[in-house]
Amino acid sequence: MSDMKRDNINSTKYDIPPELEGRVSVTTLDKIYNWGRRSSIWPMMFGLACCAIEMICTAASRYDFARFGMEVMRPSPRQADLMLVSGTVTKKMIPILVRLYNQMPEPKYVVAMGACASGGGPFKEGYNVVAGVDRYIPVDVYIPGCPPTPQALLHGLITLQRKIDTQSIKTVRWYRKEPIEAIPVPILGPDVLDPRQANILKEIAQAKQTEQAQG
Amino acid sequence: MSEQTVAPVLERSIENELVTRFPECVSLDTRKGYSGVLVKPENLIEVATALRDDLGYDYLVSVTGTDYLPEGMMETVYHIYKATGGPGLVFKAQFPRDHAVVPSLVPVFPGADLQERETWDLLGIRFEGHPDLRRILLWEGFEGHPLRKDWREPFFEEEAKPFKSRWPEGHIQRAEDKNPFSNNVAYPPDFDPDSWVEDKDSMLYESLKRSIKQQGSDIQTDIVMVNMGPQHPSTHGVFRMVVALSGETIVSLKPVMGYLHRNHEKIAERNTYLQIMPYTDRLDYLSSMSNNFGYALAVEKLTGARPPERAEYLRVIMAEFTRICNHLFAIGSLLNDLGAYFTPILYAIEERELILDVFEAVAGSRMMCNYFRFGGVARDLPEGILEQIRKIAFDRLPPKIDELDLYLTNNEIIRSRTEGVGVLTPEQAIAYSAAGPVLRASGVPYDIRRADPYSIYDRFDFDVVVHYHGDAYDRYLVRIEEMRQSVRIIQQAVKDLPGGPIQEGKPQYQVRVPAGEAYGRVEGPKGELGFYVVANGKPNPWRYHVRAPSFINLTPYELMCVGNKVADTVAILGSIDIVLGEVDR
Amino acid sequence: MDGMGIVKGMGVTLRRFLGTFVDDLKWLGKRYYTEEGVARRRSTDTRGIFTVQYPEEKLPVPEEFRYVPFLVYEEGQDGEKKPRCTSCGICAKVCPPQCIWIERTVNPNTGRPVPEPKAFYIDIDICMNCGFCAEFCPFDAIKMDHDYELSVYDRHQKDIYDLVHLLKPVSYYATIRPKNYALEEAAWAKAAHKPMD
Repeated sequence: MSDMKRDNINSTKYDIPPELEGRVSVTTLDKIYNWGRRSSIWPMMFGLACCAIEMICTAASRYDFARFGMEVMRPSPRQADLMLVSGTVTKKMIPILVRLYNQMPEPKYVVAMGACASGGGPFKEGYNVVAGVDRYIPVDVYIPGCPPTPQALLHGLITLQRKIDTQSIKTVRWYRKEPIEAIPVPILGPDVLDPRQANILKEIAQAKQTEQAQG
Repeated sequence: MSEQTVAPVLERSIENELVTRFPECVSLDTRKGYSGVLVKPENLIEVATALRDDLGYDYLVSVTGTDYLPEGMMETVYHIYKATGGPGLVFKAQFPRDHAVVPSLVPVFPGADLQERETWDLLGIRFEGHPDLRRILLWEGFEGHPLRKDWREPFFEEEAKPFKSRWPEGHIQRAEDKNPFSNNVAYPPDFDPDSWVEDKDSMLYESLKRSIKQQGSDIQTDIVMVNMGPQHPSTHGVFRMVVALSGETIVSLKPVMGYLHRNHEKIAERNTYLQIMPYTDRLDYLSSMSNNFGYALAVEKLTGARPPERAEYLRVIMAEFTRICNHLFAIGSLLNDLGAYFTPILYAIEERELILDVFEAVAGSRMMCNYFRFGGVARDLPEGILEQIRKIAFDRLPPKIDELDLYLTNNEIIRSRTEGVGVLTPEQAIAYSAAGPVLRASGVPYDIRRADPYSIYDRFDFDVVVHYHGDAYDRYLVRIEEMRQSVRIIQQAVKDLPGGPIQEGKPQYQVRVPAGEAYGRVEGPKGELGFYVVANGKPNPWRYHVRAPSFINLTPYELMCVGNKVADTVAILGSIDIVLGEVDR
Repeated sequence: MDGMGIVKGMGVTLRRFLGTFVDDLKWLGKRYYTEEGVARRRSTDTRGIFTVQYPEEKLPVPEEFRYVPFLVYEEGQDGEKKPRCTSCGICAKVCPPQCIWIERTVNPNTGRPVPEPKAFYIDIDICMNCGFCAEFCPFDAIKMDHDYELSVYDRHQKDIYDLVHLLKPVSYYATIRPKNYALEEAAWAKAAHKPMD
């Protein structure tokens, strides 16, 4: 409730007479909607690597994130709002991650925690590491660090809350008329292939063929 | 110091004995800086059986391979020790690169199972006679064998760091911008995405069906296959198990790994020796100091550096604190998996946070400490930290460990869920190369700090903790008691901590490492952590391999689970205490 | 199996539970949002509620804490910034994931290098916070920062730090790492007083 007082829930367009102050609030639907959503984000337990340990420490006794409403960490994607990608995303794991993202119901958010999830991290040069999870799914907040300390993770979650505050019911993607397309699941061939990039592959193969035919 | 002059003579005697016994197929390895014997591949099983049965070397610790591209040959390297303690033996088999086939040691030492699959996966060495040779860390259908020296990754820049593009003409360009797919991928020229049929684990399910038939079934019941997949609240990370159930009883189980394979070994072949140190932190990310310790020991064996006294004491204090941190977290997450939802792990994390404060003040980071250097440690203790360490070791930890003991050990629910579950007999533990608390809970008193002492552990007075039932409850008891022994060691080390320098010589970023090979092993909290380094005089290593205890402790996992209920898999996995950074590297 | 183990375990939990209230009462409301309260919760004889309530109470980081690197500049007389960096390139060579790019200034007349960086980039999405760049810099020009509040909405614009973003004054460095700063100043002073030979 202290959030409400600080955020000044009252919309400034209307003046409330002094005898009713404290009993009547005039606000916008957006503010109530956003306040409800940002105060009870349920993260999905998606700890991959070392950053997962810092996530567990953030959920534990010293830096409790139950104070932010995120106490309920659900392993099932069907009941979660936030996918906290913590740790290196490898090519073997990315089809599973995309499938889990597709299974999460809207509204959903993704936070890339740590250098590895943001951009591949120190393992970027390897053959089994994806150079950042935003190649496949849309990311809302990036938290750099290796690993980010629990206080940095909490700052990142507060940044996400601020982002939610700026959303409006009229423009959010889950209330639009068109259905939201699921992201196609990557295929594990000789190297992982995003089906959205299959045409690039064909173009390159064709260019090589014409080069060979000419040369 | 006298041990150092006596030990080589003893080692040479076991090698000489092998050479006299098998004169036509065993010879000494005479390359400069190398040790051990070379065995002809066709006689490998004969020699291994003789080592195990007649000469008492029954504990096979590490199986790996090396690619010698300039000489056109590859070799498999085996490290073997005695379960009663003492120095070990290294033997290798060499064969040409284009015909990389070698007999499998699984009939003699079942513990070589997963390690041979990894060597097939990453190096392409085929093991004849292996019961189930599939890829383990990468997926079926992956192109090529990555650790071969002529295989290049998609983001390849140069053979060795430092890269010339960073200085002096450092025009920044993100690696993904150079790749047409903006990602870390590259495809062979004949790949057609429309006609590619995805494998979808067909070989895995076939091998599962084969092992079910071997168990035998008298009643005609339906076998249900359950995937306890990478996304699971109790699997300690991204670990997948495929379980074949008859009712609720497990008939067969196959672990699937590789979801966190971060190509640590390939990156290390491109790094210089000092640059590998922060990467070793990320192997077993719960206990980073002991990873650093093992790697520093391996390279110090090659360079011959000896850390000063103060540095040795600091190393021991940090390593024992790490052991306590790790066991606290292991016990907490075991209880979390058993169903005592979050309370025990909260109590354990509270103590762990106080120790992590010490790490943060000394090394700079809570988890990725990067504290050890070759010939010492990076920094000295700041002011006031020794007082904090003293308070933690003398005043805070002993009563808290007793409180945790009182809270959990005699709890009837825990006892009924873990007693008799996941039993591993001592003979099985040694044959399957189990290490650490898993080995000691089965009755084998093998602790590297006593069996093959390194650093200054021979000066401290502590007990090796052993229990004899070999079930999950005993592994939990071993961890509680090991925490008490670690506190005892820290108390002695803090009392005797001398003054003096903390690093031998000036800090250098280019370490000169002479050619040769070395295997440095430490008793990590999860088991024996070994680093096998092959150097050829250049600034970066030729081959670098990590003997990961969690990976090898998973070899008897199927054996431990068969016959138990499916709910017990989680308890057994929690009691083995794996961490995926180490399993997959 | 008579259940006594469970009862004793519950006794431990009950004791801790009651202990949190007792401890709160002892402090009479000054336990939270005060510096001494945070320090007490961090010390080795803490009991009761262990939580440090970020963002109202921030746990101070120790001096050796390392996060992202930054470059140190000396403040000139008329506000000009003189970076200590001479673009020798040691930090770029020693960085394990190679996340530092340095462009050395070249004198256009003579073609010889000038000890100043023309451009300096660090890619934060690759940096592993190991601290080698700060440890091996011979000019004390690059140091590890303490600021951890770095989350962004868009990494492609914001996560490559260039020279402008990286430069921070010596006074800032002296406030975050006072002991290291004092030791380095003493070492520089001693070296300056040595006779040149």
